[in-house]
Amino acid sequence: MKRWLLPALLLTGLVAAWQIAASTEALADLLGLEPFVVPSPVEIAESMWQNRELLAENAWVTLREVLLGFGCAVAVGLVFAVALHLSETLRLAFYPVLVASQTIPIVAIAPILVIWFGYGITPKLWIIALICFFPVTVNTLDGLRSVDPEATKMMRTLDASRPQILWRVEMPTALPYFFSGARIAAAIAVIAALFAELAGGEAGLGVLIRQDTAVLETARAFAAIALLSVIAIALYALLALVERRVVTWR
Amino acid sequence: MPAKAKEFAAAATLPSPGDSAGIGASIRGLTHSYGELATIDNLDLEVPAHGVLGLVGPSGCGKSTLLELISGLQVPAKGNIALGESTSAAARLARCAFMPQRDLLLPWLTAIDNAALALRNRGVRRAQARRQAGLLFERFGLAGFERAKPAELSGGMRQRVAFLRTLMAGKPVMALDEPFASLDAITRGEMQEWLARALEADPRTVVLVTHDVEEALYLCDRVAVLSARPARIVDELSAPSPRAPDRDEAITDPEFVAARERALHALREGTL
Repeated sequence: MKRWLLPALLLTGLVAAWQIAASTEALADLLGLEPFVVPSPVEIAESMWQNRELLAENAWVTLREVLLGFGCAVAVGLVFAVALHLSETLRLAFYPVLVASQTIPIVAIAPILVIWFGYGITPKLWIIALICFFPVTVNTLDGLRSVDPEATKMMRTLDASRPQILWRVEMPTALPYFFSGARIAAAIAVIAALFAELAGGEAGLGVLIRQDTAVLETARAFAAIALLSVIAIALYALLALVERRVVTWR
Repeated sequence: MPAKAKEFAAAATLPSPGDSAGIGASIRGLTHSYGELATIDNLDLEVPAHGVLGLVGPSGCGKSTLLELISGLQVPAKGNIALGESTSAAARLARCAFMPQRDLLLPWLTAIDNAALALRNRGVRRAQARRQAGLLFERFGLAGFERAKPAELSGGMRQRVAFLRTLMAGKPVMALDEPFASLDAITRGEMQEWLARALEADPRTVVLVTHDVEEALYLCDRVAVLSARPARIVDELSAPSPRAPDRDEAITDPEFVAARERALHALREGTL
């Protein structure tokens, strides 16, 4: 039996239950709401099809933010991880600060960043990168530090220089750690983009959701939410695919 | 010389340690401790050029530490270690290759790239390094497995790749830390025979650490029996010579059996 069969069945069951509950207006009655604010999956799908151009335009804006922000976080995170790995002074100075920085509620900072950088893409990139940076850096650093000290000794007796040990032993050892950090980052990057867009922006799925909920256009809001999930899952799956291609020894 | 050994001798591509006469190793008054724990106590050892010295001792007696000291991975607390003229740790590191207990093959590299690591570290281009290592694969019974990942190799093959990697470093001294401890009895016997032939074809100065008295007496010229921590020499004996090329024949020789009994006796004494 395929691994995805059971989850797919479960999901189909849940959507079907939702469809019945919504189309018979049982759900709206239960919640004490007007039926038109409780759309059924079929209505959401219809809305998605009718608004396909608008949704695609905004999805593209969000996707671009996610990819750029995630890319910046990965690049800076890798450089940071290697620097902290190579210098004990840097590690001792930065590591506790890095962990402590995770207590800063970035959601609350998002509107401030909008004040500073405006309604364009810049504050979104900052927010996404700030949120994604941590899992990438910490996981990669853990990976670099997990190297078997015996392997390092073996390389030293084979005339390896410090950069050669880094490149031939430590980096490959850290790769699977990096990928698990990147997968976590990919999943939260989409949430970060949403926060950033809700704080202020001219386009994007987050902006669309904010506008639609304000005018009780719930079907289209759900359609935008579904697209956000699709972006996150696609990014996660892409990373898993790349990892399987690159980390062939596990 | 058995046929296999002739094959080895014919392999002119073996990385030469430069000085074909080899260099000796000399240890004087070596004392070392691990924190508060004294691991080595005033040790003197001498290995002539191209000599093979076996170190036998109980588990945890500091044998592995001794190899790391010899190969320059650690600096001793007291005493001198010289490999030829080299006495500093850095200079020893340049003249001694170390084969660790576990094969430590890098799982992301193919067998041939693992074997060629030392060449790559020295800046040899990949194609050239592979060509050089590849010439030895057949002689080492590894032909056809050049592109195999370590996970696809048997224990004996992995150990041979690890030994080839040590040999390719082209250093005059080799420190071998229980190279066959992880193998089953039959493979271990085969590998011992194989190593004896490899060293016959390509002599090096070797310090071999093992807990197996038979292995030491079969592979080495001289065997030092070490005591429990802190390690000192209980007995030092010469291996029977000349040895029969066949391992089964060699280890049942009366002279060999007598030497083994003497070494085992010393080992028991040193553990008390």
